Amino acid sequence: MSPGGRRLVSSAVGGLTAAAAILVVCPLLLIFGFLLYQGVAALNPDFFLHLPKPVGEVGGGVANAIVGSFIVIGLAVAVGLPVGILGGVYLAESSDRRRPWVLRFVADVMNGVPSIVFGIFAYTVVVIPMRRFSALAGGFALGLILIPVVLRTTEEMVRLVPNALREAGLGLGLPEWKVSLRVVIPAARAGIITGVMVAVARIAGETAPLLFTALGNRFWHQGLDQPIATLPLQIYAYAIAPYDDWHRQAWAGALVLITLVFLASLAAKVATRGRTLAR
Amino acid sequence: MAIDSPAGAVALDRPSRPPAAVARGRRGLGDRVYRGLILASVWMVLVLAAGLVAALAWESWPAVRAFGFRFLVTSHWDPVAGEFGALPFIYGTLASSLLALLIAVPLSLGAAIFLAELAPGWIRPPVAFLIEMLAAVPSVVYGLWGIFVLVPWLRDWVQPPLGRTLGFLPLFQGPPYGIGMLAAGLILAIMVVPYITAVSREVLLAVPGSQREAALGLGATRWETTRIAVLRYGRSGLIGAILLGLGRALGETMAVTMVIGNRPEIAASLFAPAYTMASVLANEFTEATSDLYVSALVEIGLLLLLVTVLVNGLARLLVWSVGGPARGARA
Amino acid sequence: MGDGLYVNGLRAWFGDTLVLKGVDLTVAPNAVTAIIGPSGCGKSTFIRCLNRMHETVPGAKVTGRVLLNSEDLYAPGVDPVQVRRRIGMVFQKANPFPTMSVFDNVAAGLRLGGGRRKSHLQEAVERALRHAALWDEVKDDLDRSGVSLSGGQQQRLCIARALAVDPQVLLMDEPCSALDPIATAKIEELIHDLKKDLTIAIVTHNMQQAARVSEWTGFFLLGELVEFGVTKEMFTTPGDKRTEDYITGRFG
Repeated sequence: MSPGGRRLVSSAVGGLTAAAAILVVCPLLLIFGFLLYQGVAALNPDFFLHLPKPVGEVGGGVANAIVGSFIVIGLAVAVGLPVGILGGVYLAESSDRRRPWVLRFVADVMNGVPSIVFGIFAYTVVVIPMRRFSALAGGFALGLILIPVVLRTTEEMVRLVPNALREAGLGLGLPEWKVSLRVVIPAARAGIITGVMVAVARIAGETAPLLFTALGNRFWHQGLDQPIATLPLQIYAYAIAPYDDWHRQAWAGALVLITLVFLASLAAKVATRGRTLAR
Repeated sequence: MAIDSPAGAVALDRPSRPPAAVARGRRGLGDRVYRGLILASVWMVLVLAAGLVAALAWESWPAVRAFGFRFLVTSHWDPVAGEFGALPFIYGTLASSLLALLIAVPLSLGAAIFLAELAPGWIRPPVAFLIEMLAAVPSVVYGLWGIFVLVPWLRDWVQPPLGRTLGFLPLFQGPPYGIGMLAAGLILAIMVVPYITAVSREVLLAVPGSQREAALGLGATRWETTRIAVLRYGRSGLIGAILLGLGRALGETMAVTMVIGNRPEIAASLFAPAYTMASVLANEFTEATSDLYVSALVEIGLLLLLVTVLVNGLARLLVWSVGGPARGARA
Repeated sequence: MGDGLYVNGLRAWFGDTLVLKGVDLTVAPNAVTAIIGPSGCGKSTFIRCLNRMHETVPGAKVTGRVLLNSEDLYAPGVDPVQVRRRIGMVFQKANPFPTMSVFDNVAAGLRLGGGRRKSHLQEAVERALRHAALWDEVKDDLDRSGVSLSGGQQQRLCIARALAVDPQVLLMDEPCSALDPIATAKIEELIHDLKKDLTIAIVTHNMQQAARVSEWTGFFLLGELVEFGVTKEMFTTPGDKRTEDYITGRFG
């Protein structure tokens, strides 16, 4: 091929890959655009403050779902946060190269497990013994999803803390556990928190594992051992139902959900700018 | 001080208090509690993971015993009669995922090459950011958009012309419902593109600069440099990125359930409704009346778990082979 | 009659930092010109300007003229890709393509020019490997991976790869700094042979090496060409005090 021809091919490929990049980004703009367009109409104070109206009636809101989401996420955090953070610290602090790989491998594998499978696990160990669907079961399922994510980000963030800091603490005569708790982990605190925020943003949007654990509820939940509504569950229920008003509310709910998730991810990104390991 | 001690002047040398009890290897209470908590957490994770597999195996055992290998190859799914063959779901999962990859891989690799090699510096951060945001969209939101935007568009604007022009192929036959395998494949493609792009981009960035210089020094154009120095070098990592995308597609539940039609049949046409393993779990778990029904569903869940673990494990190995183990944390 | 490089008023920047402050120098045809100087003096930057590699770094800029015989390589409209075809480069650390065999590595540059027939490729590869004094060591297994060779052999493989496209000038950026003395000696011997048909410019931090292989030497310091002349004369009777200080080891 002539030199001019090769230059042309190079430019053409540049153009093709640019087109690919544009195509890849398009859906985001399309989806967000539609959400805004369809969802804004149904956003009103009622939406946030009221319970769903009976079937067929127009109006009402998703107040119980919003509260329910917070509750289930709170339970998930209670289950997954301590385990995840401590596990991450373990991986970051272990100098022994042999045993840690098991935990790291398990955590990475857990990261790739479909969330609905965690729902099945929660069903067998919480729902069946309790003989009922409950917020606890939902929190447990989401907590399982939370653990590997928090674990790996905690490990990354604690690893970033310079060894010199740990040595300074040890040099002052502090016992190892105090050095970890009072010196190293606080130094990584911002990174760990943002890692948790990213993980929470992820589970906030989860629906599948809750389908047969938290189940959903058209009313306020009656206790943590009772079924509970969450925003994604409500969106799903409304989306597949035949009522137009419910569809509008589904769009509104999706708009709220995606805005929260985006904001959390954005905040996390901004907070960890420049803190990444590689690159 | 012991000036007056019976030992005399020697006592002056003795320290006035005993040395602190910091023997090497002996830990204080705080240390032991701390270590204990940490190890407890580690064990907790391992126990949960093992418990997951054990619970699924235990619950699915009745179905395994009742149907054995037939479960995987029969396509008759009749809960009322107690007949459970999972082939339609296995087919649906594999077909929709492969269709998704067919669409997603060229786009993702192209975008990754653009971002890592060919794009001007100022474009890279915003585009990379937008792609990351795509990965954060919840599945149910994709599904909502799928039902009310993608499906009508397919039904009214895409499937009729396809049926008219390419209808001689079995792939494009049948009524244009909108929902079905094509919709599922498309929406899965949109969902896995951000993952494949992000990981591929990291793989490409991990290729050492000296490789690019070698190609440039020979008088290669930008694309030629990318082709012979970067893509070849990062080959295995890119395959790993694709496999990671496959792993995601296999396990995706909500968006697929909402657009695939949920009919347990195997058909050749892309226009036909189908059913995936994850979808049947989402739809029928709460409806399962008999123990055998539940057991069959859990067996499907176990299958899904095994397949995704295998694919993801293989994917990670490949991605690590280019950049090193640190790259596992993202996906 | 060989090809010479004539450098005129060459300035180079990394972003806003001026790293080469106006260099005038001649790389004589069919001879070896050595570029010496302490770390950070700009010698690598200089040589990378000769084949327009410097500008591949984001934010880098070059002004001035570099004439290959009578053509200005920096004239507007000149394709840098073509420049790098005619001026080859060997780098500090050998960088053969790890996923390619010895044969494919040497043929890599040839294949870029467009699909050559297999027989042409085989001839060209053998010629380049002989020219690089590597043929005898690899002829029995050309399919082995490029990185399965020893460090010195890998560097000669890179030289063969550069020679395969028949460049007019060969630039070498500290090619022996990562090699042991025996491998270094082999490459220096190779340079003696190569200069019969090729013009060579070599950057080296090893003054004895410069004295051994080159006819001409340029001494760089802090981005300036301090002194340029016949190698023997520069090392025995340096004109500039700074050159003398460097050569006698007072700094660098």
